[in-house]
Amino acid sequence: MATLKDATAIAGIGQTAFAKHLPESEKTLACRAILAALDDAGLDPAEVDAFASYTMEETDEVEIAKAIGAGDVTFFSKVGYGGGGSCATVAHLAAAVATGQANVGVAWRSRKRGSGPRPWKNTTAQLPTPGQWTRPFGLLRPADEIGMLTRRYMHEYGATRDHLFNVALACRNRANQNPAAIMYERPLTRETYMTSRWISEPLCLFDNCLETDGALACVVVGAGRARDCRHRPVYVHSVAQGLPAQHHGMVNYWNDDPLAGPAWTAARRLWKTADLGPQDVDVAQIYDAFTPLVPLSLEGYGFCGRGEGGPFTEGGALEIGGRLPLNTGGGLSEAYVHGFNLINEGVKQLRGVSTAQVPGASTCLVTAGEGVPTSALLLRS
Amino acid sequence: MTDSDIGYLTPVIDEDGAPFWQYAARGQLRIQACASCDELRFPPRPCCPHCRSFDSTWRRMSGRGRIWSYVLPHPPLLPGYAEQAPYNAVVVELADAPRIRLVGNVVAAADAPLNSVDPELLSVGAPVRVAFTAASGGVTVPRWLLER
Ligand SMILES: [Zn+2]
Repeated sequence: MATLKDATAIAGIGQTAFAKHLPESEKTLACRAILAALDDAGLDPAEVDAFASYTMEETDEVEIAKAIGAGDVTFFSKVGYGGGGSCATVAHLAAAVATGQANVGVAWRSRKRGSGPRPWKNTTAQLPTPGQWTRPFGLLRPADEIGMLTRRYMHEYGATRDHLFNVALACRNRANQNPAAIMYERPLTRETYMTSRWISEPLCLFDNCLETDGALACVVVGAGRARDCRHRPVYVHSVAQGLPAQHHGMVNYWNDDPLAGPAWTAARRLWKTADLGPQDVDVAQIYDAFTPLVPLSLEGYGFCGRGEGGPFTEGGALEIGGRLPLNTGGGLSEAYVHGFNLINEGVKQLRGVSTAQVPGASTCLVTAGEGVPTSALLLRS
Repeated sequence: MTDSDIGYLTPVIDEDGAPFWQYAARGQLRIQACASCDELRFPPRPCCPHCRSFDSTWRRMSGRGRIWSYVLPHPPLLPGYAEQAPYNAVVVELADAPRIRLVGNVVAAADAPLNSVDPELLSVGAPVRVAFTAASGGVTVPRWLLER
């Protein structure tokens, strides 16, 4: 059986500035990030023959290919579910390159959510299913939908707001070390967190992502090709997507076990095709659009047992030097670009150039949005 | 003025969900059930995920349930909801069928505002019972009253 294991590598990464407002269009930002990633790899844009993006991306491959001067494109793919698609873009490119459908693949995310419209503000843009069962009752925003699961999680397992604060603090501390981060030089204290305003109780302001303008991209090539590129290759060791049986998306209230989300499904596949297990992961980039997604993911990906995600965060476990250094670029406190910054940060760690470098890191887990059909990457140097 | 003008949402009803809302208009809480294997399913869909039958019926529920979880949304929200914030949104698991859970609101009376119950009175596991109210837009929606 053909295997993706280490057959491909991320050879280049690129990003624009992150800000509450950037003047350039999403298309321009996407092109800048992609060209920066190709330059980082030392590859000519005319060599690009594969594209992968997520849905909700306004810049499609036709526009990007002609703008950057790509060659003939022989593979293109779009993955659904917003932030759940981030890692799958790399997974799809890895599969295409490993099976000879293309040679040089580009994945990207470009968003103007800091200055652009919020999707939930559009009253007519609700899907008939499941929107008809939730939206009329004032369950309007992702924060409300995830807040509902969070309250149940706290009730069932005794997770606390301090556990969520541990997640927010670890990310903010790393952002404080990263000059590119939106929250660089803006420390967070427990008191600030605990006294901040509610968004959807039990979630407060600092449990939520910061809508950001910005774009990121990465380049995927065959492992052999990557060894000829400018930087040390970061191998795509294992990949997975996850859409569990009877899953309902972010409003996952209607199956037998709503708190065992897509992370569990993705994790089973990810570890099955890996030479490594959770105990071998040196550093993790876990999707944190909402802080409770982190303890839920820690459980799903097997770093701790069911219901132990809250206590796992105690004692500085997620800080540098802790049991599992988390979101070393700052996660949601770096930028909220639907999780693509987590992919690039994973590459930086394995190149040894992160602003919060974990000494000797050689394996990194990157995850996409939990609470929606998701995806994950296990990267190694 | 339409509902969307004030930012208050009425259900966008699809073919699968239509019977639920038609029964609600008659003051009945009914859930889709498979006519072949009897399994309840929610949200409604064309085919039974248990036995793949396309035949379904709508079974009347007692209307009793328990709060499975709840949130208290605060602004920024759509205008119609922001006016009432903080209000509660709950997931109720039905006493007759605990795996069937409905999103709704706990209110002081069927036609009372979404913020008419003190949040201090809400807790996971609290018993509730259904009541119906004609929401704006002409759609009848279920609401939930705390059991004494
Ligand atoms: Zn059936």
